[in-house]
Amino acid sequence: MPADISIAESAPPRPARRARFLPWAPTLTLVVMLGPVLAGLAGTLAPAFGVMPALGGTTPGLAPWQALFDWPGLPRAVALSLGVGFAATALSLALVILICAGWAGTRPFGVIERLLSPLLSVPHAAAAFGLAFLIAPSGWIARALSPWATGWDRPPDLLILQDPAGLSLIFGLVTKEVPFLLLMTLAALTQTRPGPSLRIAQALGYARVTGWLKTVFPPVYRQIRLPVYAVLAFSMSVVDVAIILGPNTPPTLAVQVVRWMNDPDLGLRFQAAAGAVLQLGLVLTGLALWRLMELAVARIGRAWIASGARGRASAEHALRIAALILGATAALAVIAGLACQAIWSLAGLWQFPDLLPDGLTLRNWQRFGPRLSGPALETGTIAACSTCLALLLTLACLEAEHRHGLRPATRALWLLYIPLIVPQVAFLAGFQTFSISAGIDGGRVAVILAHLVFVLPYVFLALADPWRAWDRNQDTIARALGAGPDRVLWAVRLPMLLRPVLTAAAVGFAVSVGQYLPTLLVGAGRVPTLTTEAVALASGGDRRVIGVYALAQMAAAFAPFALAVLLPRLLWRNRKGLLDG
Amino acid sequence: MIRQMLTSLAALALAAPLAAQEAAPDPGDWQTVTEAANGQTVYWHAWGGSNAINDYIAWAGRTVKDRHGVTVEHVKLKDTADAVSRVVAEKSAGKDAGGAVDLIWINGENFAAMKEQGLLFGPWAEDLPNWQFVDVEGKPAVSADFTVPTEGLEAPWGMAQIIFYHDTARLTEPPRSIAALADWARANPGRFAYPQPPDFLGSTFLKQAVIELTPDPSVLLAPVSEASYQTATAPLWAYLDDLTPNLWRSGAAYPQSGPRLIQMMADGEIDLALSFNPNEPSNAIANHELPDTVRTYVLDGGTIGNASFVAIPYNANAKAGALVLANFLMSPEAQARKQDPAVWGSGTVLAMDKLGKEDRARFDAIELGVATLGPADLGQALPEPHPSWMVRLEQDWTARYGVGQ
Repeated sequence: MPADISIAESAPPRPARRARFLPWAPTLTLVVMLGPVLAGLAGTLAPAFGVMPALGGTTPGLAPWQALFDWPGLPRAVALSLGVGFAATALSLALVILICAGWAGTRPFGVIERLLSPLLSVPHAAAAFGLAFLIAPSGWIARALSPWATGWDRPPDLLILQDPAGLSLIFGLVTKEVPFLLLMTLAALTQTRPGPSLRIAQALGYARVTGWLKTVFPPVYRQIRLPVYAVLAFSMSVVDVAIILGPNTPPTLAVQVVRWMNDPDLGLRFQAAAGAVLQLGLVLTGLALWRLMELAVARIGRAWIASGARGRASAEHALRIAALILGATAALAVIAGLACQAIWSLAGLWQFPDLLPDGLTLRNWQRFGPRLSGPALETGTIAACSTCLALLLTLACLEAEHRHGLRPATRALWLLYIPLIVPQVAFLAGFQTFSISAGIDGGRVAVILAHLVFVLPYVFLALADPWRAWDRNQDTIARALGAGPDRVLWAVRLPMLLRPVLTAAAVGFAVSVGQYLPTLLVGAGRVPTLTTEAVALASGGDRRVIGVYALAQMAAAFAPFALAVLLPRLLWRNRKGLLDG
Repeated sequence: MIRQMLTSLAALALAAPLAAQEAAPDPGDWQTVTEAANGQTVYWHAWGGSNAINDYIAWAGRTVKDRHGVTVEHVKLKDTADAVSRVVAEKSAGKDAGGAVDLIWINGENFAAMKEQGLLFGPWAEDLPNWQFVDVEGKPAVSADFTVPTEGLEAPWGMAQIIFYHDTARLTEPPRSIAALADWARANPGRFAYPQPPDFLGSTFLKQAVIELTPDPSVLLAPVSEASYQTATAPLWAYLDDLTPNLWRSGAAYPQSGPRLIQMMADGEIDLALSFNPNEPSNAIANHELPDTVRTYVLDGGTIGNASFVAIPYNANAKAGALVLANFLMSPEAQARKQDPAVWGSGTVLAMDKLGKEDRARFDAIELGVATLGPADLGQALPEPHPSWMVRLEQDWTARYGVGQ
């Protein structure tokens, strides 16, 4: 509503009332997002120090920690979690930087951009299943080469999957984290407008990649730093992917904690709680180490920039080709994995070394398809509600910041990261107990609220930087032309930022679709979504059913990404200038 | 005054239906139980990893809905312990009534843990009308769950027994004892795997091995003691030290569940596998998950068998409905359908000689699957060791083989 009209009214003007809500938006957002996490952490800390009355633990003590440190696998599990987290994050980031530095603005880069959303929308578990079948000794690649090239008429006894060093787990994580970081980098690139700096660097004789690294990367990294931290925390504490691709003798710490939580011996709950707290400490340590590495890289980088080295074109060419090949491999692995799932969902008997099943059949879809509708509807409802709420709160916070100068302190910004950094295993069990006491468990509303905890930070992360980087001169101009703050928001800022807004919504939707533990624990198992059904069926190991559910899950996560790409193009097909936000 | 009375009357009237819902039903008074059950919704927490089983549970739900007005919601679990966690969390939060779990498919250590922590409602199982058909004499496992007396806190609904399976197209003469298995693995390295303990099938493999290898199997039936443990398990560890290098992936990685073995067999990664459901391979053949050349067998010295049960948590919301469902699951009709390999193929807990002619005919009409052994071939099942053995075996196994030394 245009502000000038409301000013003309004699009744209390509407903007005044809104102004009273907006300043509260940041507080409300923090409560909604952090309340469950803090309550959950309290519910985990107590048993970690021996207090859980339901299991007869009433006196505080260090026994759970003693038991945890007595577990012989602990040093290896801890080392594995740290190693996998760092390797996956560093590799993903390096690949994303090289792809952007080497190819931004070229035709291959356009292809990469188009592939991004589908890749991003593949749920982690589905991607991991596809990858597992692809690279296993009895998998698709081996089948394609056998027996004519390899001489194998039965699969070789090779330890490729679940290798003790976690290499296949790292590979699996990289394939999923590269699209996420690339999306965040693209959003940042739109805002930092690298064109002029690049042209200047090239005019001064810098080679393409060197020029990009020296002029574009520093401001871009500042915008993607927080997503990078989220990737690091996630890679260190992921459970579902680690179960499928990771080692299990011993597994990573997070997986082991979940195993203890699920152990019939209820006494292990104490040890599990201690392990969950340790996992939290591990993630914090990892972030601190990463921060130190950032400082070191920045110092070296400054010296390198100051040195004035222009970069050798031949070396850069090799680097660019390598980046393209690696990026394509990561993308192809996920796509081929999905193709496998599609074929499995249509497969009858399919034995090694057959490249394709004996026959294709719709039997699996006929059998399981009708059962998809209920969970699919539930998944969509929950994801839509939590995403809308998250978007509303995020926009309210950002507008409050813009209009009232409520720019959060750096410390406050970190609060946003708590749900992404605190490992799910560290607070979900405690949160379940809390939500039962509060009487909100077991329903769709509770599940939506639980999802909101995870959806909100991602939506905020995806939107905040593009939103803040919006050129304020445009606000000044619009205000000078007589538009009130509301009109500037609806008529200028939102349309210009439509692409980041929709992308943020799509990310939020996909995050919600992929949630397993929160849905199961807070929903008391009564709110079946595609993901909870898929993971339950996955424990049965039949690839045909997994294929059906994984494809359905992917479709649910993919649809909003398709919209995020298509809608701005459709809406602004005559206003190309708006596409750049 | 009058207003006060009216208010309290109104309060009573409002509270009455709630009280009826929450009062513990008396299974001895079956008429009242069925009346209370009508209209209730039972949230049955049961493992959801098998399509055949999910279909069966859906059928049971439809049937009790039609006959008794009880709605059944199958909460598909990845792990039974999730439901146990749920009840523990509710007890922690002081929610002693109106809990989320009405019925759990359970046995072994989960049952032992819930019984010990006082998390179960009952006793009720032996008061159910269909208890009269249960084969208490012939199947001791129905009243002693892994040697822990059930004391009416859970009702049996299926029998399971270890079987081994192999693809006759690749392996014609499989090893028929635990000792022979090690010799066979030495000659065929990398072609056998068992799920990683504490997966229940992996742990059961350890128990099967310890029963065959230990000098005196009878000590396994009593709770474990330090002295008995060392002597009883020394041969097992020697055996596993010998076997492990010849396992799939030389024991550096293990499959994580029993059904995973089916996929590995179909992929040709292993030649020999085991299952806790004698009919699982037949089912897999029918679903094109295994070639029809797969056959099953039991070891010459017999294999471990046990019963699985349904139990009601102490704070269940729909106890009457859960009782009606549990009773239906023990009925000859439901048990016969369950034993049919085309449906599920799980062994019955009922005694054929306690059934009427018509009910016995239901069982006689069942056709066994191509790879399913008849009762005579399965032989008498060996009893499970006391659950405390399983806990110790799992811990030691993990320390020795599960953390990559």
